[in-house]
Amino acid sequence: MRKIKEYLIEKLLFSSALITIAVTFGIIGVLGFEAIIFFSEVSILEFFTDTQWTPLFADKHFGILPLLTGTLLTSFIAISVALPIGLSIGIYLSEYAPKSFRKTVKPLLELLAAVPTVVYGFFALIVVTPFLQGFIPNLSGFNSLSAGIVMGIMIIPFISSLSEDALHAVPDALREASFGMGATKLQTAFKVVVPAASSGIIVSIILAISRAIGETMIVAIAAGQQPRFTLDPTVPVETITAYIVQVSLGDVQHGSIEYRTIFAAGITLFVVTFLLNTISYRIRKKYQQRYE
Amino acid sequence: MEITMEKTLDQKVVVNTIEAIDTSKPSKIEVKDVNVWYGDFQAIKGIDMEIKPNTVTAFIGPSGCGKSTFLRLFNRMNDYIDSHRMEGKIKINGKNIYKKKVNVEELRKEIGMVFQKPNPFPKSIFENVAYGLKIQGIKDKKFIEERVEKALKQADLWEEVKDKLKKSALALSGGQQQRLCIARTLAVEPSIILMDEPTSALDPISTSKIENLIFELKKKYTIIIVTHNMQQASRISDYTAFFYIGELIEYGKTKKIFTNPEKKRTENYITGRFG
Ligand SMILES: Nc1ncnc2c1ncn2[C@@H]1O[C@H](COP(=O)(O)OP(=O)(O)O)[C@@H](O)[C@H]1O
Ligand SMILES: [Mg+2]
Repeated sequence: MRKIKEYLIEKLLFSSALITIAVTFGIIGVLGFEAIIFFSEVSILEFFTDTQWTPLFADKHFGILPLLTGTLLTSFIAISVALPIGLSIGIYLSEYAPKSFRKTVKPLLELLAAVPTVVYGFFALIVVTPFLQGFIPNLSGFNSLSAGIVMGIMIIPFISSLSEDALHAVPDALREASFGMGATKLQTAFKVVVPAASSGIIVSIILAISRAIGETMIVAIAAGQQPRFTLDPTVPVETITAYIVQVSLGDVQHGSIEYRTIFAAGITLFVVTFLLNTISYRIRKKYQQRYE
Repeated sequence: MEITMEKTLDQKVVVNTIEAIDTSKPSKIEVKDVNVWYGDFQAIKGIDMEIKPNTVTAFIGPSGCGKSTFLRLFNRMNDYIDSHRMEGKIKINGKNIYKKKVNVEELRKEIGMVFQKPNPFPKSIFENVAYGLKIQGIKDKKFIEERVEKALKQADLWEEVKDKLKKSALALSGGQQQRLCIARTLAVEPSIILMDEPTSALDPISTSKIENLIFELKKKYTIIIVTHNMQQASRISDYTAFFYIGELIEYGKTKKIFTNPEKKRTENYITGRFG
């Protein structure tokens, strides 16, 4: 009886794993299949060099660059906000804060990542943009600046939490060695602990970038929906994700070239995040056994 | 003229322990009625002792008797333990290092420490040894290079690493890492070196290298070494202190302690009847 139960549970677990893998490959398969059809009609060269993205207009251009720069610009702004704040929090929690404080603040911070992104989107549109317009009069109602800043706030816990883990994992023996030579807490934190945890910190940054690049709601609501090849943070732009939402919700015809642009954009996004994840995996792998 | 000079010097002394400890003279350590608690648990019980300059003093005793706790009082390393509380005086060249005004960072530049497990920084060999100088704000490259070379030579490691100073310190063997940690300590030219079982994680060959090193170093430094190895204590130390459950049971010339101890407990421990 017990043996049968064990057997069934094992099979159940195995099939869930199998299903997950199958679904993943299914998604990649569909993405790849539709993208191949797309690229049989639009040359890859045009896709990567044309600076206009107008598949829904009469004069069609299929250059991914405006969407890519929109994505990278908002993510760059987000990381510029999240990195200094997140890392400072991580260092403070790991090196300075009392244990009890750390234990309560860390989960609270992680709540930031649990707020529905649609709330962040409206926050950016309704609060942050009008506020910033007080300083930057020519700031458009939709812009990558406020979307990026708010997205940065959202991804702070990715950096603060994961880098805190990495800093905390640095053996006390190294801190003692540093203190023992007359180093202050600050010197020890920045000259010994942070460098020793650098691989973990880099991984946390990459994951945060990944998250920012894949973020959809905030940018769709607050950054606008105008594909524009620009690095100006005050004007409306469109990101890859926002474009996918826009077209998916619209009424393009199934099987048309307009419809397939979703998959071309989607696979671009997939490749970027896949690369980032691979890099972070490699870094983690390489430094994992450092302190064993 | 003379008097005013002295006065200004004295005032400096209060602010800055680096001057409180006169490095031109070897350092004398006086311990007066020191008690230490971890929470309610008393780890050190009323210890008085005096440690002579330019000697090697060994702390021996069964595991858990308070040797590390006591040793770490001399560079105030226990300050970081929340439950730790200390009473009494520890004077180094006449200055109580537990006074409120003492600058702990300055104190530690004078009192180096080598730990039980080699703990090099995950940096290059050179950067490890240069660390203490760099955090003092020394920028002079040539000066740092000279000091690094000198420290590595003193630690008998120079020949082995001179061609790979830029390589990671973590690639060295355990024994080399420990000698690197000694070099790192020597580079800031302390006057006292504390060692907490520095060879317990090492093989016999590395151990004997470090023992020889300690023998050389005592010409210039005052060394206190915790060891659980009786042979080591008798080989390298001039004085030996035997601790038992937080108390200093017997303290005297190593020869005397090992050949003709006064207390029965000491004799039992040394002859291996307990511990
Ligand atoms: N951080 C600490 N918190 C509480 N008790 C401690 C701490 N460190 C050491 N102790 C206790 O103090 C006593 C002496 O420890 P220690 O100085 O490490 O002994 P030794 O180095 O002789 O083995 C032991 O009973 C130990 O359990
Ligand atoms: Mg110990």
